[in-house]
Amino acid sequence: MARLIMALLAGALFGAGLLMSGMTDTLKVQGFLDIAGAWDPTLAFVMAGAIVPMAFAWRVAAPRRATFLGLPLPARPPTRLDAQLLGGSALFGAGWALVGLCPGPALATLSFGGTGGAVFFFAMLAGMLLAGILRRRPLPLTQQEL
Amino acid sequence: MINPDWITGLAGGVMIGTAGALYLLFNGRIMGASGIIGELVDGSGRATAVEKMMFLAGLIGAPALLLALPGDGIGSGQTNISTSLPVILIGGGLVGLGTRLAAGCTSGHGVCGISRLSLRGVVASLIYVGGGMAMMTALRHGLGLI
Repeated sequence: MARLIMALLAGALFGAGLLMSGMTDTLKVQGFLDIAGAWDPTLAFVMAGAIVPMAFAWRVAAPRRATFLGLPLPARPPTRLDAQLLGGSALFGAGWALVGLCPGPALATLSFGGTGGAVFFFAMLAGMLLAGILRRRPLPLTQQEL
Repeated sequence: MINPDWITGLAGGVMIGTAGALYLLFNGRIMGASGIIGELVDGSGRATAVEKMMFLAGLIGAPALLLALPGDGIGSGQTNISTSLPVILIGGGLVGLGTRLAAGCTSGHGVCGISRLSLRGVVASLIYVGGGMAMMTALRHGLGLI
């Protein structure tokens, strides 16, 4: 039960932070990516503000064997760089520039993003399903390791 | 001269990072928006579906509640999402496909990965930001499409 309440709380704080930071406004996000135009550095401030408490949390977690609720902590991250990571990130960057929404803000704006936001959300879900299908098949893209 | 958007950006960022810290230190989970929604959609996260749905309820519900409050509140509720259907469909599809292939987005690879100095998180973030900037430059200043 505590775990579910913490999930709700973390999600709510994430959503409130996205709204507060202005990252629910696609013009601000696209402004950050528009280095050849009127560059808007706000996203860099958001990222810097987010990384500080998160880096602290990783330090708190490092010597612990379990979370405050006694749940297992995530394993050490893999260090393998493969074509899926590199290619997927490039595709994501392209889509991010097109509309100015990444998955967090796409969810946070669902209640006020209108039809465009809803269409984006369902297109994103379709892309996620496609990724699931591609990953299940031994495609050249997924086999190639760098 | 300090732009007020940078201050609210930083403050919103701290809220986002604190949300990620709570999700890690209590629930033992990495706060990645694409993973949370993606694993619900493709069925791979069935075992933790309720926890994920609680997180999403907070993420979607908190901005809705904050915007419903009287007065200025936090955030503008402006999304300025593109009105071009092809742009939204392609953008959403690429964001969904790319983030799931790369196994992370701005929150998972960006906030949680960079703060942990994860090689995959740092490399993915450099690629989606760099790729997004290149795409924005090409589409806006080269082709004049967005």
